[in-house]
Amino acid sequence: MFEPSESQRLIRETARNYAQGSLTRIASELDREARFPAAQLGELAELGLMGINVPEAYGGAAAGAVAHALAMKEIAQGCASTAVTMGVNNMVAETICRFGTDAQKKRYVPEITSGRFVAASFALSEAQSGSDAGALRTTARRDGSGFVLNGSKQWITSGDRAGVLIVWARTEQSAAKPAKGISAFLVEGGAKGLHAGRHEDKMGLRASSTVPLTLEDVRVPATALLGNVGDGFRIALSALDGGRIGIASQAIGIASAALEESLQYAKDRRTFGQPIANHQAIRFMLADVATELEAARLLVLRAAAFKEAERPFTREASMAKVFATEKANHACDVAVQIHGGYGYVSEFAAERHYRDVRVTTIYEGTSEVQRFVIAREALK
Amino acid sequence: MQIDLSEEQRLLRDTCREFADKELRPNAKKWDREHRFPAEAVKKLFELGLGGVAVPSEWGGAGMDNVSYALAIEEISRGCASTGVTLSVNNSLYCDPIAKYGTDGQKESFLTPYARGEKLGCFGLTEPQAGSDAAEQRTTAVRKGDSYLINGTKNWITNGPVADAIVLFTMTDLSKGTKGITCFVVETKTPGFVRQKADEKLGICASPSCTIFFENMEVPISQRLGQEGDGFKIAMSTLDGGRIGIGAQAIGIGRAAFEEARDYSKIRKTFDIPIFQHQAIQFMLADMATALDAARLLVLRAAWLKDQGKRHTRESSMAKLFASEAANRVADKAVQIHGGMGYSKELDVERHFRDARITEIYEGTSEIQRLVISNLLLK
Repeated sequence: MFEPSESQRLIRETARNYAQGSLTRIASELDREARFPAAQLGELAELGLMGINVPEAYGGAAAGAVAHALAMKEIAQGCASTAVTMGVNNMVAETICRFGTDAQKKRYVPEITSGRFVAASFALSEAQSGSDAGALRTTARRDGSGFVLNGSKQWITSGDRAGVLIVWARTEQSAAKPAKGISAFLVEGGAKGLHAGRHEDKMGLRASSTVPLTLEDVRVPATALLGNVGDGFRIALSALDGGRIGIASQAIGIASAALEESLQYAKDRRTFGQPIANHQAIRFMLADVATELEAARLLVLRAAAFKEAERPFTREASMAKVFATEKANHACDVAVQIHGGYGYVSEFAAERHYRDVRVTTIYEGTSEVQRFVIAREALK
Repeated sequence: MQIDLSEEQRLLRDTCREFADKELRPNAKKWDREHRFPAEAVKKLFELGLGGVAVPSEWGGAGMDNVSYALAIEEISRGCASTGVTLSVNNSLYCDPIAKYGTDGQKESFLTPYARGEKLGCFGLTEPQAGSDAAEQRTTAVRKGDSYLINGTKNWITNGPVADAIVLFTMTDLSKGTKGITCFVVETKTPGFVRQKADEKLGICASPSCTIFFENMEVPISQRLGQEGDGFKIAMSTLDGGRIGIGAQAIGIGRAAFEEARDYSKIRKTFDIPIFQHQAIQFMLADMATALDAARLLVLRAAWLKDQGKRHTRESSMAKLFASEAANRVADKAVQIHGGMGYSKELDVERHFRDARITEIYEGTSEIQRLVISNLLLK
């Protein structure tokens, strides 16, 4: 129980060494310049971190969901923007492996795992359809043997950088069961009619790219369909269950960085003739943060272990996500407080962590959606 | 990463769950109201091997691990929190230090009958002026030939009114602080062991506790646990294990409260629909379930580390702190979901609310846990 295997430890160490050796030094610069971490993503691919839970036949590490969670935490501890981009790449590669045909897997997955595609995208959200994914409006009309996609997407991570995008669109209008009419398509970056809009100017994760997309008569062949017509909603939810473990891990990584910095600062900074670490008010904040992060870590590992064992893990993933992201926000808030004025200036990392962590209770299912899922399971 | 229970662990958990449903839940309210120690139920649990779950079988225990122990305490406490703490004290605070520090002779007399559940133990550390600050012990033990003369007062001694023996902490050298603390194991029938009347408490009313006076109580040297001055180390290491038991107890109470709130939300209607259909209620239930799961993982992890023979001070403190505070929040929300019925003694939920409160106080207050955790963090 509770102990990572040798291969899980190896992945974690690989990710930790890269994060602590390279990412921590550049994270603040990437954030300030809102610079996409293309070089860093390439290096992560070389380390085998772009297909952690993907079969070796497609260039993956085949190390499983627990290893993926461990790696995400470490990378996020170095740079949250790089981590989310890596997380989405992994999620897309995994989703194609799970639901794709052999040809689709061979065509796209090695491109992602090798880093030849610097990024991949998950294009589900729309301006009026976030938590309520079943309400999406992008359409896919049959045209000969293929489909023509029209509509727009919102908040698409790496949308302008992706070599391949999974795009969800409505193949059928059904007022009674709107989720039934949704299908998923593999659209290549640079496809005719696919346009990325202006970069979103975000509070945090400034080095990750987030764009709106418009699809104007984007023509895709029948072979672009992922799964069957009408499978889209099921594919999205299944991918998001896994994605939630990734975001929970990201949140713990950001918060762990904030806690480490708080501990160091509390030892260095003196008030009333002694290090502030000697004041109980400070110590107790640190104890609470460390306890909450341990609990969060165990929830995440449990969800990942369930996923790896191919057991249902929807409830566990939602618990991990809501708990980890909310406690991570608390941890980053405490870090700013302990740093005092220095927590409010960009010279110290606490300020960036505070901004970066805020999105984790929002994307890949808000806290409210997670609570909805958990309550539904509890009341079954 | 293997996170599943073993067959044996599952079996024990299910046995305890069934026992709690049949024997404890239907009676817990009555025992609470009458402040009655559930001697019969405790006896039956002891017959099931729950006197010393993690005590080796050669010393009368069930020979299982601490993960099993934590699972058992959670299930029992879900049925009756008072019964849960009775068992936790006998297992963690009484048997555990004797198994770890006792000589074979001491184990034969003072461990085997207790681990078998023929007798019941208690733990005497707290004094009127020495709770969180356990180093402030004032009970003295003065060497006299081959024995010690013990004088002083212990209070809040859980199981005190009904126990057959006590693991007792005393000062053999007041000038040495924690290094002057020495531990004994003493039968409660020893002359000079004087019980006071049972405490009146907010909750866990079926778990009797009392103040005990020691008046020139003579204890032979053969009943000293460890050496002179080992007492503080024994107390702290014992509490590392005890905190796992209290963490598990808290989760059991919290789960009982959660389950009752969940079930009530399905039958109670407001504005023409069952209240579980209101998001305000749903979200409370979601947070309750999440907190309890997180707490259980922390408790089981601490127990697992203990089973590996690894240091688990930090993990036990985290588990106890988080589980006890979570249980209080959960019990509070359970009262809220029940509305006026949550305030009535007709239902069990008001008892859970009272029972949960002690878990943040005994075996190290939340404040002590935060001190332990931060000391280790800032090392």
